[in-house]
Amino acid sequence: MSELVLPSSSVMSDPGERGRFGEYGGRFVPESLIPACAAIEEAFRDAWGDPRFRRDLDRLLAVHAGRPTAFTPAWRLSAELGVNVLLKREDLAHTGSHKINNVLGQALLARRMGKTRLLAETGAGQHGVATATAGALLGLAVTVYMGEKDIERQALNVFRMKMLGAEVVPVTGGSRTLKDATSEAMRQWVTCVDEAHYCLGSVMGPHPYPWMVREFQRVIGDEARRQCAAELSTGVPDYVVACVGGGSNAAGTFAGFVDTGAQLIGVEAAGGAAVASGVVGVLHGFRSYLLQDENGQVSEAHSVAPGLDYPGVGPEHAHLNDAGRARYVTVDDDEVVPAVHRLARTEGILPALESAHAIAWVIKAAESGELPPFSTVLVTLSGRGDKDVATLMEAS
Amino acid sequence: MKMLVPYLTGGIRPDWTRYLQEYERNGADAIEIGLPFSDPILDGPTIQEASDRALRRGVTTRSVLADLAGVRIGIPLIAMTYYNLVLHRGADRFCADLAEAGVRGLIVPDLPLDEAGALSDAAVANGVDLTLLAAPTTPPDRLAEIAERSRGFVYAISVMGTTGERDELAESGVRLAGRLRELTGKPVLLAFGISRPEHATAAAGVCDGVVVGAALMRRILDGDEPEQLGAALAGFRAGLDTVTV
Repeated sequence: MSELVLPSSSVMSDPGERGRFGEYGGRFVPESLIPACAAIEEAFRDAWGDPRFRRDLDRLLAVHAGRPTAFTPAWRLSAELGVNVLLKREDLAHTGSHKINNVLGQALLARRMGKTRLLAETGAGQHGVATATAGALLGLAVTVYMGEKDIERQALNVFRMKMLGAEVVPVTGGSRTLKDATSEAMRQWVTCVDEAHYCLGSVMGPHPYPWMVREFQRVIGDEARRQCAAELSTGVPDYVVACVGGGSNAAGTFAGFVDTGAQLIGVEAAGGAAVASGVVGVLHGFRSYLLQDENGQVSEAHSVAPGLDYPGVGPEHAHLNDAGRARYVTVDDDEVVPAVHRLARTEGILPALESAHAIAWVIKAAESGELPPFSTVLVTLSGRGDKDVATLMEAS
Repeated sequence: MKMLVPYLTGGIRPDWTRYLQEYERNGADAIEIGLPFSDPILDGPTIQEASDRALRRGVTTRSVLADLAGVRIGIPLIAMTYYNLVLHRGADRFCADLAEAGVRGLIVPDLPLDEAGALSDAAVANGVDLTLLAAPTTPPDRLAEIAERSRGFVYAISVMGTTGERDELAESGVRLAGRLRELTGKPVLLAFGISRPEHATAAAGVCDGVVVGAALMRRILDGDEPEQLGAALAGFRAGLDTVTV
């Protein structure tokens, strides 16, 4: 076993003024954005310690987003696999994924800071739709940056965003996908920092975003922890599994279990596996594992799940990996599509392709014996699969 | 004399170093050379396009520096690139590579003051000046620290925005230059949006020189030959030289 024992206070805690998770994180942004990042950090620290802000957010999460989300024993899948699979149902949250948790938090914070606009990047469109939703709810104008290639692939979500009143701006530079949309959102944020808040969608970006987004997502893990305590004789599951692109649903889930004996497993897409295949780099304001070529140019990720198509990973995941507190594994595209169908057939739940990565790993690990018989496995089902139906039709 | 620092994306075309020679011949005091990066978050459309074009040609940091070894330029060369390329090579080796290629300065727009410590040390050890950027929104205490720790000169970003051409010199840049000159005796160079000779003239009244980037790169992307760029740069030189203070 590892000789490195971390005091529980050092993992998934406050990353301090320099925003460090071990050697990862930081605030690698142009000088023009430094005051804006510092202002968000100050506002978030203040708000997160303010019971009124917490009450307002909890109420929005309850009455608008539908929290707490259900905790569903996957009975038939469990019987087939010989392990006890439990699903944390973020697919049932409003707008169809966990993205709404973060967005409501940031939109409330933006309003508290006196901002009138939200900027967001989006890949598949889930975070864009969530941001457009929060903007409509709280009366904030929303501009979403989206790669031209993704706009073509995700026409339905583009239309949803527009219906919700958001402006969708095509990004034509670079690979025309999420990484370029993120770069463009940061470029445009520089021009309007006074009135606009950049509503970043995952546990990445410059400090305080990786920490702030994890805190806004920890509602997943906190709820699941209470639900496990109520439902399981052991109180906590043996394994906690979530998919990882940037890593926000995994970070939120892990936050609820990091101080338990549960094994934390992050599942990356094989074609976008920053932890498994990346080297340490800096992109979009933070230091972490990053897919890049031999010259240090950032590589494009490739996954059937658009939400995992990002070449980096949140800095806290890099730290949890190095510290040995979480383990990161990969599954291939061709393991993911069957996992969607299997969950649909056994449980009547159509998971998002992203979330199906976590299911696919559980199936594989149960069948290989890596998961001991009768072990208890909590899986965060980060989103529902309606958005992926066209992709699934093509794949079948 | 006010300083004129034109920018060039390294490797923009096979004979790209000819532009350096024309710049030198037409009044440049130093040249900023962009080392192309896949995700240039402080660059607008023109320099993004130039970087993409160079990368598609297979240009790397190494190839740009190797090309420089083959030319004789008598004025200082300053590299501009993003931090991932530095980190990928390792700060010390990166600075050693620059020094070996005759590059004397380095600008890393996504490496703010707070994160610059390690690279700053490596730069000093290799005789390379790490120049820091200041922005219109930088608060007073921080601006003083940037002025103190920046080496060679201070790079003043004139507008809240990316690199790119603009219709007039931004008032925010004029104010920033003024604040910086009260803080330091180091040269203050105004950059971003210096698009026409008259902008250079206006800037010259408030700072020690200008960086001209997108306005030149737009011409190169449109196919202008080195001699034509030299003539364009001479216009900026003339604009600066109308100011003698």
